[in-house]
Amino acid sequence: MKEGVARFWRQIPQRYNFLGNQCQSCQKVFFPPRESCPHCRRKSIGKMKELKLSGRGEVVTYTIIHVGPEEFEDQVPYPVAIIKLEEGPQITAQIVDCPVEDVKIGMKVQSTFRKIQQDGHTGAIYYGYKFKKLRQE
Amino acid sequence: MRDVAVIGVGLTKFGELWDKSFRQLIAEAGSQAILDAKIEGKDINALYIGSMSSGRFVEQEHIGALVAEVSGFSHLHIPATRVEGACASGALAVREGYFSIASGLNDIVVVGGIEKMNDVGGSQATAILATAADQEWEAFFGATFPGIYAMIATRHMHEYGTTKEQLAHVAVKNHANGALNPYAQYQKPITLDTVMKSTMVASPLGLMDCSPVSDGAASIVLCAADKAKNYTDKPIKIIGSGQASDTLALHGRRDICTLDSTVHAAQQAYKQAQIGPKDISFAEVHDCFTIAEICAIEDLGFVEKGKGGSAIEQKITTLDGTLPVNTSGGLKAKGHPVGATGVAQIVELTMQLRNEAGKRQVKDARYGLAHNVGGSGATCVVHIMEAM
Repeated sequence: MKEGVARFWRQIPQRYNFLGNQCQSCQKVFFPPRESCPHCRRKSIGKMKELKLSGRGEVVTYTIIHVGPEEFEDQVPYPVAIIKLEEGPQITAQIVDCPVEDVKIGMKVQSTFRKIQQDGHTGAIYYGYKFKKLRQE
Repeated sequence: MRDVAVIGVGLTKFGELWDKSFRQLIAEAGSQAILDAKIEGKDINALYIGSMSSGRFVEQEHIGALVAEVSGFSHLHIPATRVEGACASGALAVREGYFSIASGLNDIVVVGGIEKMNDVGGSQATAILATAADQEWEAFFGATFPGIYAMIATRHMHEYGTTKEQLAHVAVKNHANGALNPYAQYQKPITLDTVMKSTMVASPLGLMDCSPVSDGAASIVLCAADKAKNYTDKPIKIIGSGQASDTLALHGRRDICTLDSTVHAAQQAYKQAQIGPKDISFAEVHDCFTIAEICAIEDLGFVEKGKGGSAIEQKITTLDGTLPVNTSGGLKAKGHPVGATGVAQIVELTMQLRNEAGKRQVKDARYGLAHNVGGSGATCVVHIMEAM
């Protein structure tokens, strides 16, 4: 993706630690964090509180990518899904650590910290979240 | 607001046009439109150009003035503005031109749309197109543009029982129409089997579910409706224009299977035109992927939500069906030079409503609708047209 290093560094709290935020007016949770709540708008300014998310959620929809961008070519075929997190927000991420055929709508997943991509052999390595099947406890 | 009509159209062939440059393509489409409208440079009050990413495809920004220059208008100092909204850039440019006449400021405006996509390699083109998606929260994690539409398809299949075969029918229909369009990138019919067996790109979408990477340009001349008959016997009026936005990322939407931007843009256009979806005679919709056409005919109100797949299978939208969709071949077969697409849709509507669409002519067409989408639905523009 050839992001500037600062551009990635600014998002480390979200991509490494699932730091979102919550509107103290309507209690709705956002990920990535927002400057204001789109529902409460002016009432929410200054009232957005940082919130660490559980990283658990459910697959809403998915695809298996067979033709990937240059940075992901060595990973094909790989599943990408939209995941609805327990706290409410939906995000896009890869599903890993299972055969691609196992990915299904409704599958319960949990986040895992992984390498996402890198700028060539000598460039910066970018880390972030992927998801795997939730362990039954 | 004043009424506005199309008095001239121009189109290049769409395809892999190795021997033609960005500058040649836009000059070709523009001069055709100007000749068709029988106007001269001095009649033109303004230029609007739609292009998604000239900066990355041909490393040239600032193309408003460039288009005026290559058209031979530099000495006339015509105001020239580039408009961008990803794959909806073309229709946005049409809308800007429409406003500038409707407001009473201008009488005659030339609108162009262009993309020269084959001067970069295939993986580079894919990366550039992905900038229409959310770079930081979709593309960064490995989601491709076909992958995002594929996720709409997976969910549509889950909720409504839509099948891969129904998706394939969209491609077969659009190639059949493209075969009748001399401007189309692909002028060859294809079989259901070819689509079903095409190389997987992002499941459930195969290569033949995807529109191609294309070069091409399109242009129209807009004129205040009360002056249009000074130039042409067949002015085609824009009777409705709507535009709406939504989140850049698919995951931020109210519903994965509905493009709310389409719903809202269509509502505005229908309201202005004082007609409803049932009145539309034919439509050009944004079929960047086969699933996109199914969502489009649902979200435009032609069929009930979830019934798009079966409507395609029942051949309602074929050239001889009750509501022909993508008579030009659509993005799938005509080609999808992204910035040109929204303008080219207006060219097709105009040709149909003038009764000049040749072998693909829709009989007794009264109202035509054009639907142009940016990204996976973050921008949508809908226009409705009628012969004057």
